[in-house]
Amino acid sequence: MSDLRTSSTTGPSETAAFTESGTTNVNLVEPGPSASIRPFQFQASDEDLADLKRRILATRWPERETVDDDSQGVQLATARKLADYWANEYDWRKCEARLNALPNFITEIDGLDIHFIHVRSRHENALPIIVTHGWPGSIVEQLKIIGPLTDPTAHGGAAADAFDVVIPSIPGYGFSARPAASGWNPPRIAAAWIALMKRLGYTRFVAQGGDWGAVLTEIMGAMAPPELAAIHTNMPSTAPPEVFEALRSGEGPPAGLTAEERRAFERLEFFFTHGLAYAQQMGQRPQTLYGIADSPVGLAAWFLDHDQLSYRMIARAFDGESEGLSRDDVLDNVTITWLTNTAVSAARLYWEALPRNSSGFGIERNNVRFFEPIGPRVPVAVSAFPSELYPVPRSWAERTYKQQLIHYNQLPEGGHFAAFEQPDHLVAELRAGFRSLRRA
Amino acid sequence: MPGQTITRRALLSGSAAAGAAALFADSAALSAQPSPTSASVRPYRVHVPEAAIADLRRRIRDTRWPDRETVTDRAQGARLADMQGLVRYWGGGYDWRRAEARLNALPQFSTMIDGVEIHFIHVRSRHPAALPVLVSHGWPGSVFEQLGLIIPLTDPTAEGGNAADAFDVVIPSLPGFGFSGRPTGTGWGPDRIGRAWDVLMKRLGYKRYVAQGGDWGSVIAEAMGRQAPKGLLGIHVNLPAAVPPEVGPALTGAGPPPAALSPEESETFEGLRAFIRGGNLAYTTMMSARPQAIGYGLTDSPAGLAGFMLVHPGFAHWSFGADPAQTPGRDEVLDNLTLYWLTNSAVSSARIYWENGGSSATSAAANRTAEISVPVAITNFPEEVYRAPESWARRAFRNLIYFNAADRGGHFAAWEHPQLFAREMRAAFRSLR
Repeated sequence: MSDLRTSSTTGPSETAAFTESGTTNVNLVEPGPSASIRPFQFQASDEDLADLKRRILATRWPERETVDDDSQGVQLATARKLADYWANEYDWRKCEARLNALPNFITEIDGLDIHFIHVRSRHENALPIIVTHGWPGSIVEQLKIIGPLTDPTAHGGAAADAFDVVIPSIPGYGFSARPAASGWNPPRIAAAWIALMKRLGYTRFVAQGGDWGAVLTEIMGAMAPPELAAIHTNMPSTAPPEVFEALRSGEGPPAGLTAEERRAFERLEFFFTHGLAYAQQMGQRPQTLYGIADSPVGLAAWFLDHDQLSYRMIARAFDGESEGLSRDDVLDNVTITWLTNTAVSAARLYWEALPRNSSGFGIERNNVRFFEPIGPRVPVAVSAFPSELYPVPRSWAERTYKQQLIHYNQLPEGGHFAAFEQPDHLVAELRAGFRSLRRA
Repeated sequence: MPGQTITRRALLSGSAAAGAAALFADSAALSAQPSPTSASVRPYRVHVPEAAIADLRRRIRDTRWPDRETVTDRAQGARLADMQGLVRYWGGGYDWRRAEARLNALPQFSTMIDGVEIHFIHVRSRHPAALPVLVSHGWPGSVFEQLGLIIPLTDPTAEGGNAADAFDVVIPSLPGFGFSGRPTGTGWGPDRIGRAWDVLMKRLGYKRYVAQGGDWGSVIAEAMGRQAPKGLLGIHVNLPAAVPPEVGPALTGAGPPPAALSPEESETFEGLRAFIRGGNLAYTTMMSARPQAIGYGLTDSPAGLAGFMLVHPGFAHWSFGADPAQTPGRDEVLDNLTLYWLTNSAVSSARIYWENGGSSATSAAANRTAEISVPVAITNFPEEVYRAPESWARRAFRNLIYFNAADRGGHFAAWEHPQLFAREMRAAFRSLR
C-alpha cells in the first residue's frame, strides 16, 4: 500500500479506501460563481524572454565533474551545450504558438485556478480522457498526442478510436495557480480532476498518466467515481512486497524471479539506491531550491537529472542525435517552468506527498514507496516502456490489477516520458487499451 | 605570491611575529597557485578583485525569487522572508573586505600536498612547549569557523589561562573548499584528506601533534585516528561517530528498534530518529548522490547558494541576524557564504559527500572506529544534531580519554562559543602533553 496519498496508519498489505471528498471536505462539483470556465492564452513578455537570455549568457559555471561519466550528475559539457542552444537558437515563441493554437481554459476548483487544454473530437462517441503530466513536466509533454487522439482518421486511426482530450496543469505547475497553503497532495489533486471532468459535462471518462500523472491516475482509480470507466498508466505501481523486502535487506533479488522480473528488480534497485536524491530534496526541503528559481541553467540541470536513462537520452540529443526528445522538446518544458516561475511550487508536490513523520522516499527507510500498489478499483490498461524507471513485467501487472487488467503491452522503445518521447506508441496503446470500453 | 619561494624556516619564524603576514604581497588568484616545488610552503594573502564583488552584488540585486513557502515554519526550508532580508543585506551593507582583512591579519600559507594546493592558517604560540593542533572544518563551513579559537589557543595566558595549555594552531581549508585547490580527479575522501593533514603537519616540522574536528572535520580526525600516523598523539571531535551498529538501521527504518536502551540512549535514539524523519538529511542525500546536479544553481545564484547552505541543521536555530546577540552573527555567516561564492566552490565542496558514498558521519561502523587506537576526546554540545551517550562513546572508542558535555553550543560550536570551545580543547588534550 502506498502512502503517496496522505499519511496513513494502514499496514502494507491493506488497501486504503479513497473517496473523492475524503481529503478535502469540499463539494468539488457544486457549480457556483467560481465554477466558470474562462478561455486562456499565454504570452510571455519580451522583457521576460530577454531577461532569460541575459541570465543564460551570464551563467557562472562550476568546474567540470571529476569523473568521465554521469555518476556525479549533469555533465558540464552537456549543460554548456544546452545553455548555448537555449540562448542562441531556441525560440520559445514557437512553443507558445503551438499552445495558443489549442483551446486553453482556466477554472477554479477547490479554491485554486486550474489550467487545462480541452480539445473535443469532431467524432461522435469520442471517449473523454484526462491525461496528466508529471515531474519534471508540464502540459508540453502531451501536445504531440492531441491530434492523433482527437482526430484519429487524420492520423492512421479509425473514427471509433476518437477521444475528447483534457490535459490539466497540476497545481503549482505551468499555468495553474501556485497553492499558497499546504494541502494540495495527490488525493486532493485526483479529486479535483474528477471534479474537472464532471464540470466539463463528462459522465463517462477515462484517465491516463505517467510519473506523478500515473500516481494521480491510479488514485483516481482507487477513488473509483462512477464516471471513471478505466485508467491507463505508463508508470504502473506494481512492485510486489517480497521485492521491497529484498531491496530493504540488500541481499539480492528474491528467489524465483523470471528473467523479466529480475530486470525489473535490478532497475528498481538502482532507482532506490542511486536515483532518488532529487525526490528526497524536494520531498523534504523544497524551499532550499532558490537556485532553480534564480538560475535558468540551475533549473535545466535539475530537470535533466530526473533519471539516468532519460538524462542519457537528453544528453545525446544535445550531442546531435535524434531520438525520443529533441532539444526543443527539452527546452520547451524547462522554459514554460522558468517563465511561470514554478520550479519551487512544482517541487512542493513531493513535499505534499511525503508524510511529515517519515524519513523520506526510499526503500529501506520509509513508509512511502514509489511503485507500491495503490489499489485502483476500475479497469486498468498498462503499457510497459523498456527505458522506464522499471519495465513492468506482465506478471507483476497481473498480480497487482488482477481481473481489472484489461490491457498489457511491452513497447519496443521509449522511456519515462512516453507521451513526449514516443507519442505514436502511446497513442496506439491508448486506442488499443481502451477499445474494449467503447460503446457501440 | 607567484614565483617567490620562501624557505620553511624563514616562513615559520616569520609567522611567529604578529603582523608578519602583512609583509607579504597580495596573491592575485583566489585559489592557491601551484607551488614551484611540491614541498614548499608559501605565504598566502587573500585579495578578491573588485569585479568579482561587483558581479556578486549585481547577481544578488537581480535575484528572482520563488513564491513564499506554503507553511509557517522551516519545514520546507529557509523561509522566503528570512532569505530576502539576508540577501538584501548581503548585496547592500555587507562588506567582504572586512572578512578579507581578518584573514590577512593572520599568517596564511599554501602548499601542495598530493597534487592539490592546500591553504591553511598557521599561528605559533609564543610558549615554547605549545602543543601543535590541526583543526578541520566541515560543510557548510570554512576556516572562518575557527578564527575565534586562535587567540585563546595560542595565547592562553592573555585569557586567564595557563601557559601549559598553549597550542600552535594549524587550520587548513579542505580540498575543494575556500582557498584550497579544487581536486580535478576523484579520491579526495576523508581518508586521503587525513593523510594529507599528516603530511602538512610533518612539513611544518611537527613531530608530535593532535587533531580536532567537527562535522567533516570529525570524520577526518577519526580517519587520522585509524591511520595513526607517527606522532599523532590523539584526537578531539565534537561530532563523534558513536552510533552503534544495531542502532543505525533502526533509525532509518531498515532494522528493528534496538533492545535494552538506557534512558539516555533511548532519548538519543528518539532524537536522532525525529531528526531524520524531519527531513534534515535531504541535503546530504542530494550531495552524496548528485553534486553536479544540485550544483549548477548554487554556482550561478547567490540566493541559491545561501538557501542551500542555510538549510543545514546547524542553522536550525539561526535567527538570520534578528537576534544580534546570537553567534555567529549575520556578518560572520555571510563571510562564510561569500567565501564559498567567491571561490566558486559550491560543487567542489559538495563532492566530499559523493566521495564518501553517502556513508554516515555518526556511524561507528561506517567510520570503523574500532580501528582507532590513539586517544580520543569528545565534547558534546547540547544543540548538536545528536549528543553521543557516554555508553555509546565508550563502545565506539576503546581509548576514550576525555568525555564532557558542554553547557551550551551547537553544531558550529567553535564558531558559536570559541572561548568555551578552546577550554574544552585544553581539557581534552591536557593528559597528552
